[in-house]
Amino acid sequence: MAGYNLKEVMSRPERLASGHRMCAGCGATIGIRAVLRALHPGDAAVIGNATGCLEVSTFMYPYTAWEDSYIHNAFENAGATLSGVETAYRALKKRGRLPKDKEYKFITFGGDGGTYDIGFQSLSGAMERGHDMVYVCYDNGAYMNTGIQRSSATPQFADTTTTPVGKNSNGKVQTRKDLSAIIAEHHVPYVAQTTFTKDFKDIHIKSERAIYTQGPAFLNMLAPCPRGWRYETSDIMKICQLAIDTCYWPMFEVDHGNWRLTYEPKQKLPIEDFLRVQGRFKHLFAPGNEDLIAAFQEEVDRRWEDLLYRCNK
Amino acid sequence: MSRKDRMSGNEAVAFAIRQVNPDVMPAFPITPSTEIPQMVSTYIANGEMDTEFIPVESEHSSMSAAIGSEAAGARSMTATSSCGLAFMWEELLVAASNRLPVVLTLVNRTLSGPININCDHSDGMGARDTGWIQIYAENNQEAYDNYIQAFPIAEDKRVHLPVMVCQDGFITSHAVENILVEEDEDVKEFVGEYHPEEFLLNPGKPVSVGPYAVSAYSMEAKYNQELAMEASKEVIAEVAQKFRDKFGRGFTFFEEYRTEDADYIMLIMGSAAGTAKEAVDELRDAGVKAGVLKLRVFRPFPEDEIAKALRGCKAVAIMDRCESYNGNGGPLSSEVCAALYRNEVFIKTVSYVYGLAGRDFTVDSAKKVFSQLEEAAKGVKIKQHTYVGLRTKS
Repeated sequence: MAGYNLKEVMSRPERLASGHRMCAGCGATIGIRAVLRALHPGDAAVIGNATGCLEVSTFMYPYTAWEDSYIHNAFENAGATLSGVETAYRALKKRGRLPKDKEYKFITFGGDGGTYDIGFQSLSGAMERGHDMVYVCYDNGAYMNTGIQRSSATPQFADTTTTPVGKNSNGKVQTRKDLSAIIAEHHVPYVAQTTFTKDFKDIHIKSERAIYTQGPAFLNMLAPCPRGWRYETSDIMKICQLAIDTCYWPMFEVDHGNWRLTYEPKQKLPIEDFLRVQGRFKHLFAPGNEDLIAAFQEEVDRRWEDLLYRCNK
Repeated sequence: MSRKDRMSGNEAVAFAIRQVNPDVMPAFPITPSTEIPQMVSTYIANGEMDTEFIPVESEHSSMSAAIGSEAAGARSMTATSSCGLAFMWEELLVAASNRLPVVLTLVNRTLSGPININCDHSDGMGARDTGWIQIYAENNQEAYDNYIQAFPIAEDKRVHLPVMVCQDGFITSHAVENILVEEDEDVKEFVGEYHPEEFLLNPGKPVSVGPYAVSAYSMEAKYNQELAMEASKEVIAEVAQKFRDKFGRGFTFFEEYRTEDADYIMLIMGSAAGTAKEAVDELRDAGVKAGVLKLRVFRPFPEDEIAKALRGCKAVAIMDRCESYNGNGGPLSSEVCAALYRNEVFIKTVSYVYGLAGRDFTVDSAKKVFSQLEEAAKGVKIKQHTYVGLRTKS
């Protein structure tokens, strides 16, 4: 999108007010504020939220950090809940109970637990039914709110509290579920994978497309968690950059069925660069575990090649 | 003007839904309530109503979506049965605690297992402590009438609670009866328009719904919810009176059938009340002073009213179409006994379980229960928690 102006975008009023209780160095709020900045100033929105860190930290009675209307229902049903809100909008519009010119946008946020796992059915149903809404997953790769338990988004070998590293364990056994591709296979109008780097242009453009594309849209946003990933909080932007430069977290979009890479590293970095800065992978660097890193690299390469093929590269 | 029509219970409720024409209806099929969303979809397809129907992928999502749409400011409802209600259990609590006046039409069916599609009240009773008002129907007419009354009760500012309108699976939902239906405009006028005070789609007045609350606030929220449930008694009575004034039929918390001078009363809910009344008529002809108290409103529980109504009799049979698996009788039994004790009404009580998973409850079964009440009144000890109509010995 031509005309992206960092200064203008950053000067838009915050829709998630300061004073919430999320951790310092948390990726979720950085990413969510970036998504909300893509709403055109003056446009109204209803924000949905699955149970998780974001919910319990931003709407603790009697305080709310949300400038727009907001609804939290439960852990597993953010998709269905917002589909009800969006349907109510169409019903009230049709029956003249909302002014004709009053536009609302519908955006719901869930962590990977609420999205990949317990809320998967609810998300799939909402996407399939074609509601005009955006589902944003802030993927921090574990159930962080309950204390860093593995999810189907957790990378292989990660040390979590339900896949602890030990004498007989190298961390999580399985590789990650590829949720972005699964939602793309729902053939919804818009799916994108993103994170925040440098000037926030990628996340801004994709968020704007997701919000202003008619019909269901899905954004999968990598959102590092300092507690679960164990990194220096000041390193968060560097970690996101390493995630895309190692092709661990490729940046792409699927716009009306058209797969497109939105970032191709000039030089693809080895996966060690991404793993080394995170305490959850510390054991991979112990002598004798070189084969684990090699296996991790192999999986990243295989998925990257697959994505290049899908993007006609 | 009322007019006569022949309809099944499901048809009667679907007909009422068309007349109310709610804003949003998410639903997922489950026997024996499936016909309701089917009929509503057909009305919509034929342009006879314009509710936004959401064909969700599960009952959990039907209640989740109803919560979303109701919170957004739209009058919302759904229909379900049995496992469908069990699946949305968590959401029932969310609807009630967010004080959202969602209406659910429940076609009562047993819970698994064994999996079985026939009637008992284990689904509704399983949800008895979720904060929903529960109204039970004996027949197709009451299923129709109760649905129409649900919205004015739920949406009243003193209440703001969801309402579950229950009818017996197959016995009521699928059997065809002659009923009186009202004109569309009369029903619409009775139900009125929905104007919530706070809602998500209120331009210029954003609101946050569904907070996390620490212990310093949570208990007060729950207490206020209980106060609303207590306050709903007054509203249920007002709406029932208004309905009687306008359409000329109905009761408030229960129907008393030949109880004025009764020595023996059967307290029962749902379609089996009709069978019980038949037994009472036969017993009255034989000189036995029998009567029926048919409970219409189970939540809020009309404790004092029930105790007062039973005060004059010698013995009462408390009939649960549900097992609590607690060794102590079904939920109706526990609550009625507590009501009598607290009101210092010390009559004989005998608890029965009947009709589980569609087991027939016949006039003869009811008469057998009454004969045991006669024994109980004479001081004979009758076994509590007795199963009626069991093939093996109870």
